[in-house]
Amino acid sequence: MAYTKTKIKDLVDGKIDRDTLHTMLSTPKDKERFQIYLEILQEQVEWDDPIILPLGPKLYIVQRKSDRKWMIRSQAGYDFCPWNENWKLHARIRVRNTAAQMEELYPRLMAPSPDWQVIREYFCPISGDLLDVEAPTPWYPVIHDFEPDIDTFYKDWLGLAVPERA
Amino acid sequence: MNMQTSVKTRGIVRGGETLKEHRDRLMEATKRTKHYAGLSKMALRDAEPIKYNKLFSRLRAGVVDARETAKKIAASPIVEQEGELCFTLYNAAGDSILTSTGIIIHVGTMGAAIKYMIENGWEENPGIRDGDIFCNNDSLIGNVHPCDIHTIVPIFHEGELIGWVGGVTHVIDTGSVGPGSMSTGQVQRFGDGYSITCRKIGENDTLFRDWLHESQRMVRTTRYWMLDERTRVAGCHMIRDLVKEVIADEGIESYWKFAYESVEHGRVGLQARIKAMTIPGKYRQVGFVDVPYAHEDVRVPSDFAKVDTIMHTPSEITIRGDGTWRLDFEGSSRWGWHTYNAHQVSFTSGIWVMMTQSLIPTEMINDGAAYGTEFRLPKGTWMNPDDRRVAFSYSWHFLVSSWTALWRGLSRAYFGRGYLEEVNAGNANTSNWLQGGGFNQYDEIHAVNSFECAANGVGASAHMDGISHAAAVWNPEGDMGDMEIWELAEPLVYLGRQIKASSGGAGKYRGGCGFESLRMVWNAKDWTMFFMGNGHISSDWGLMGGYPAASGYRFEAHDTRLKEIIAEGGAIPCGGDTDPENPTWEAMLPDARIKRDKQAITTEAMFKDYDLYLNYMRGGPGFGDPLDREPQKVADDVNGGYLLPRFADSVYGVVLTDAGDGMKGVDVAATEARRRAIRRARLEESVPVSDWMASEREKILNKEAGVHVQQMFAASFKLGPRFEQDFRAFWNLPAEWKLMEADLPIPSYGREYSMDISELPDVKTVQFVEE
Repeated sequence: MAYTKTKIKDLVDGKIDRDTLHTMLSTPKDKERFQIYLEILQEQVEWDDPIILPLGPKLYIVQRKSDRKWMIRSQAGYDFCPWNENWKLHARIRVRNTAAQMEELYPRLMAPSPDWQVIREYFCPISGDLLDVEAPTPWYPVIHDFEPDIDTFYKDWLGLAVPERA
Repeated sequence: MNMQTSVKTRGIVRGGETLKEHRDRLMEATKRTKHYAGLSKMALRDAEPIKYNKLFSRLRAGVVDARETAKKIAASPIVEQEGELCFTLYNAAGDSILTSTGIIIHVGTMGAAIKYMIENGWEENPGIRDGDIFCNNDSLIGNVHPCDIHTIVPIFHEGELIGWVGGVTHVIDTGSVGPGSMSTGQVQRFGDGYSITCRKIGENDTLFRDWLHESQRMVRTTRYWMLDERTRVAGCHMIRDLVKEVIADEGIESYWKFAYESVEHGRVGLQARIKAMTIPGKYRQVGFVDVPYAHEDVRVPSDFAKVDTIMHTPSEITIRGDGTWRLDFEGSSRWGWHTYNAHQVSFTSGIWVMMTQSLIPTEMINDGAAYGTEFRLPKGTWMNPDDRRVAFSYSWHFLVSSWTALWRGLSRAYFGRGYLEEVNAGNANTSNWLQGGGFNQYDEIHAVNSFECAANGVGASAHMDGISHAAAVWNPEGDMGDMEIWELAEPLVYLGRQIKASSGGAGKYRGGCGFESLRMVWNAKDWTMFFMGNGHISSDWGLMGGYPAASGYRFEAHDTRLKEIIAEGGAIPCGGDTDPENPTWEAMLPDARIKRDKQAITTEAMFKDYDLYLNYMRGGPGFGDPLDREPQKVADDVNGGYLLPRFADSVYGVVLTDAGDGMKGVDVAATEARRRAIRRARLEESVPVSDWMASEREKILNKEAGVHVQQMFAASFKLGPRFEQDFRAFWNLPAEWKLMEADLPIPSYGREYSMDISELPDVKTVQFVEE
């Protein structure tokens, strides 16, 4: 089942109608979705370096036009690191590890106990956008959560040319 | 002189193989060819696809029909209201062909029981004949927890075994140390209650009298137990009759081929879906849950169990270019002295329940998916214990909390491809479990386990909020049940049932909220209750900027004088504990003894009429930055009781206005300004990750963390050398820095000594995963 760009944009914007949503959930996936999705996202960002893979609502792997390097970039345009590194290590972090900080998010008694679990917020250094939240115990290493095999994905799974990578 | 001779006898499987020969041949061919049973071609499916699909449709419809019909026989609301039952059809080797709806984790667990019988010579002793009935609930060989009772019936055609059918229900009590199906007081399986290992309990379709007399007195809730058993037997016999009808219509050859090709079909189907929906690569995530046993209200028999610990499961998913995948749980915690351990089969089978809700949402749920997946669960971990003493009664405590991390991994793939409709930030920790027992309103010995938490909040998606008070990961068809039915089943009157505000994790799309029920004890005698859920830790994390769901707490009130207050016409607690930071019930109960704290796991406490118990069901995690949430939706959440008003400002940066009729609207300009201010504050209050790492490293070097945190890492280091290496490398720790459980000021029984069930005489366990 294929969908128009308008319908996919509705999905991205959180406005998809229920009938189309049901079809999307209950029928085989549309392989061409990826390229249409990239087009939509590219139109929504203020820079024109090509998006290679979206990592979050405001986080992307992009091919930097100036040097063809693949970088992890925020919506606001901050380049964290090369695409295959852990971007979180290059972000700004706020750790909620007191009851008062937890109770800004949850009612008392419904918040995690900070000597058992902390909340780590990772921000874009330009915009202050919250790009990821981790909620581990104290001492826990920052998780490198995703290492995509983009070459195989593009070439073998989608039949697309792999964009140049410097 | 004794001479042993090998006399070849005809086995019971169609064609003359023994069950063991049959399974060995299939497994060897599977290993050699990488196709289930060596079926590199699916002859029936290729040659007669319509017949193949007809067989599938007819059998699947029949299995679902058997479930729907059989559940009406049950009296237990867990089965009749919540649908906590499932029926599965197996081939002769014990691999599932297809299953009904319901608690489909048992696709694997009942298959494991059949395989145990095959590998341990049940064919010779006690013998397997047409009309036999077997019962199993042994968690050491694959069951989830003892309250899931399996009835297994072999299916014969013209005197030869052609398959099996299994039925499972979740019973309300197993006669464990404490009442309720998932009790907390015991720390070894000997306290988990009645344990049955693939026992023959009937022949000629009739249950043995000794079984009936023994089993009914092994549990507290005899009536429910016996009617549940009739439910399972009836369903199994319906499905056995169906198979015979199908064979009469389509021929045994077609059925026989279908029984194996369908498994290979399931395996191939999984691979195709992985390629169609995900992205090759590595995905890493982790789950935690708290085991707060040092508290005075957790009364266990053994001092060595009286410790606070954290259960920990990191996971790495590897998706390869050919669509195969591997799930590795290196670094997971050791099994523990509590009831939250799990068998490898329940851990892996439950993952299929999750996958049926996104990756493989087809009706063809069978063992094919298991053959298409490599699992690595290190031996000795909580989900692959190496000790036969471990207890399992509430294995779900950490199953649901460790699996919720996997949603995040898969959702990164779905998000990357644009399949936003499949993204799920995670599942709720499915609790609280209201349990207890005593004499009920009918003056009978009774136990309760309210299954209201079959309706927790769902994790947010990447395009919409999670559904509120709607689902539990372990039963895709779960339901909270009707209050009127629960009041019949339990001596507990409802004083309220409402949405639990602020229980769903915040986000651009928020997690679904749970709900809460306020119950008043009424017409009970010698009554007890306890709490079972997460408290100090929220099991899920949120995704891509979304926050975790709220964690748990308990509220109970004793000596309330409610009888007098009601007689005097005074105000009484009702509805929900809307804002636990600003509680209102205490003022209405001035003389009551109230427990309101983070101790969300307790053991049996005494309750009497007019005492109160709050049953709070958890929410799901959120997705995306809350500052990107449409402001009007925040106002709608406040108006609908999903969000406490003060969090509109502190979490969402939304400035509410009065919109009339007590409703809230949005001050758009003030909201924009507030959100800009919050973003600025985020930057001011945050530091570069490298700076934070330097300070956190100092804490690690100085061992500045609770003993429970240190114990978690020390136990994971011991079982997961790679986890320790990665930890040391990440924090750049010197070689002299060591963290050993033996050095901590708490006992760690089980650390060095264990004895596996496989070490018992004449026992052959079946290994389903890489260890």
